[in-house]
Amino acid sequence: MKNKAKFWGIHAAPSKWLSWFLFALPFVLLILGYLLASEYRHRQNPSDKLLPSFSKMATTMQHVAFEKNKRTGEYQLLSDTLASLKRIGTGLGMAALLGVICGLNLGLFPGIRHLFLPLLTFVSIIPPLAILPMLFIVFGVDELAKVVLIFIGTFPVITRDIYLTVKKIPREQIVKTLTLGASQISLVYRVVLPQIFPRLIETVRINMGPAWLFLIASEAIAAQSGLGYRIFLVRRYLAMDMIIPYVLWIVCIGITVDWILKSLLRYKFSWYMKQQG
Amino acid sequence: MQTESLRANSFLFFEDVYKSYGAKVVLDDIDLAVARGEIITVVGPSGCGKSTLLRLVLGQELPSRGQVTLEGKSVGLPDVTRGIVYQKYSLYPHLTVLDNVLMGPRLSMPLLKRWRVRGELREEAFTYLRKVGLAEHYRKYPHELSGGMRQRVAIAQSLIMKPKILLMDEPFGALDPGTRENMQLFLLELWEEFKMTIFFVTHDLEEAVFLGTRILILSQYYTDDRGDGSHANRGAKIVFDTALPKEAQSTSVKSVAAFGALIQQIRREGFDPDYLQHARDFNLNHPYSFQTLRREENGI
Ligand SMILES: Nc1ncnc2c1ncn2[C@@H]1O[C@H](COP(=O)(O)OP(=O)(O)O)[C@@H](O)[C@H]1O
Repeated sequence: MKNKAKFWGIHAAPSKWLSWFLFALPFVLLILGYLLASEYRHRQNPSDKLLPSFSKMATTMQHVAFEKNKRTGEYQLLSDTLASLKRIGTGLGMAALLGVICGLNLGLFPGIRHLFLPLLTFVSIIPPLAILPMLFIVFGVDELAKVVLIFIGTFPVITRDIYLTVKKIPREQIVKTLTLGASQISLVYRVVLPQIFPRLIETVRINMGPAWLFLIASEAIAAQSGLGYRIFLVRRYLAMDMIIPYVLWIVCIGITVDWILKSLLRYKFSWYMKQQG
Repeated sequence: MQTESLRANSFLFFEDVYKSYGAKVVLDDIDLAVARGEIITVVGPSGCGKSTLLRLVLGQELPSRGQVTLEGKSVGLPDVTRGIVYQKYSLYPHLTVLDNVLMGPRLSMPLLKRWRVRGELREEAFTYLRKVGLAEHYRKYPHELSGGMRQRVAIAQSLIMKPKILLMDEPFGALDPGTRENMQLFLLELWEEFKMTIFFVTHDLEEAVFLGTRILILSQYYTDDRGDGSHANRGAKIVFDTALPKEAQSTSVKSVAAFGALIQQIRREGFDPDYLQHARDFNLNHPYSFQTLRREENGI
């Protein structure tokens, strides 16, 4: 039987061109729809703010991206981006670092597991945003509280993930390593750590989403700079011409970081990708 | 031989060894003396405790009662004196073939020394890789190898440490029949060369008879004077223990009549739930085999 289905049914096998077309179609429709709606609204009311035209957005972004802000003397988009990335990098970086250390210890040492695993489970259920006010009170409204929020929001998940990965290393492999003359320390450094490293990259990738959520939430409430701060600031003036490009910019950053981490996995840890299938 | 002289002269020695998990007795009063250089194959119904027996030698588990000694010393936690090849998980997925083989030498050497002798280490690793016929694959990762190749690497990885005893837990269990036969021949070749002691657990009777210089059946299908019913809570014992001839090795012996007859006998004495021999009458005719039955088992 010849497989004719290109799109419908579970046996569909889209050709290369069709899959490119399918990939582009929703985006094109979305943009077209936007253009039409924007055009329509501007006919009704030339100063419409809700659906700004592309040219309006372009000029706005031209100002914030490529011209120095008169008041602060900085490129606004750049300084917002750097401020946000610094927070997310510090928060997520700390969470990853401590997550590996804690996850390793939980996975390897039954004593530590019994001592801390219930606590970790408890902490991981607390909705981080619920304690955001507490963080502001304790750590002030400066950088620290924001970083701590991102940390608290991602650390338990990362730790759990690493812990489960360590536990998944077969007992046989650990015993085998001992028969090859390993001490407990070298077991950790030569066998366990290298195997959880790719999983760490993966879990950081997955936690980028929550990290952005916590970042923007905390910037929305109290900040002097940052992408989230800007979006919430200009909301007061209904400045959709700034908000929409900012959101798209965040998406671009997200995709880029994701792509970098994925490439790292693909080229440096091919054995891991193979295992995941 | 007398128990005393066995204890003094054996390489590996089990005396009155029990292993239970909770209330469940798995190994029931195991007595076993093994000479150096043997290939001991262990067969038995599935779940009877073959791997448990192997883990006791390895030190991965401790006996609930009794003692296991290797060269007169009680065995401790796993260490370089005992090598292990499992059916799976023997290789490190994140290391190349060469690095897998080098793992042992690297682990057992301080950093500075390792650096000074790194050329020699590499040479030695290649020697072993050539022996297992995989020298040209040294840069591959385990997931790029076939099952048989992986087990060859695992064997090289263990042998390079020159263990006193090589433990193998169904090492060829996941391989297809052709590869399996090649691996058996290959293992015998290595054994001819190194004369290491091998403790080989398998569920394949043919493999056990073909490879072993001595075969043990571990089975829970037997009876003794402890009575019937669940209160007896019997675990597996060694119910059969015999030496196997080891002449010219070729897989053609598998079709010889005596080979088939032995397998039939083993199947009946170890694997038939309805064929219950009394513990007194076990077929333990290997010169090294001995048995110390307790009064309640023997009834005398
Ligand atoms: N860690 C354990 N905890 C509890 N029971 C176990 C454990 N390991 C093995 N057993 C039990 O001991 C018996 C023997 O297991 P095993 O040695 O793996 O058998 P075999 O290798 O002969 O198939 C099985 O019935 C199994 O359920």
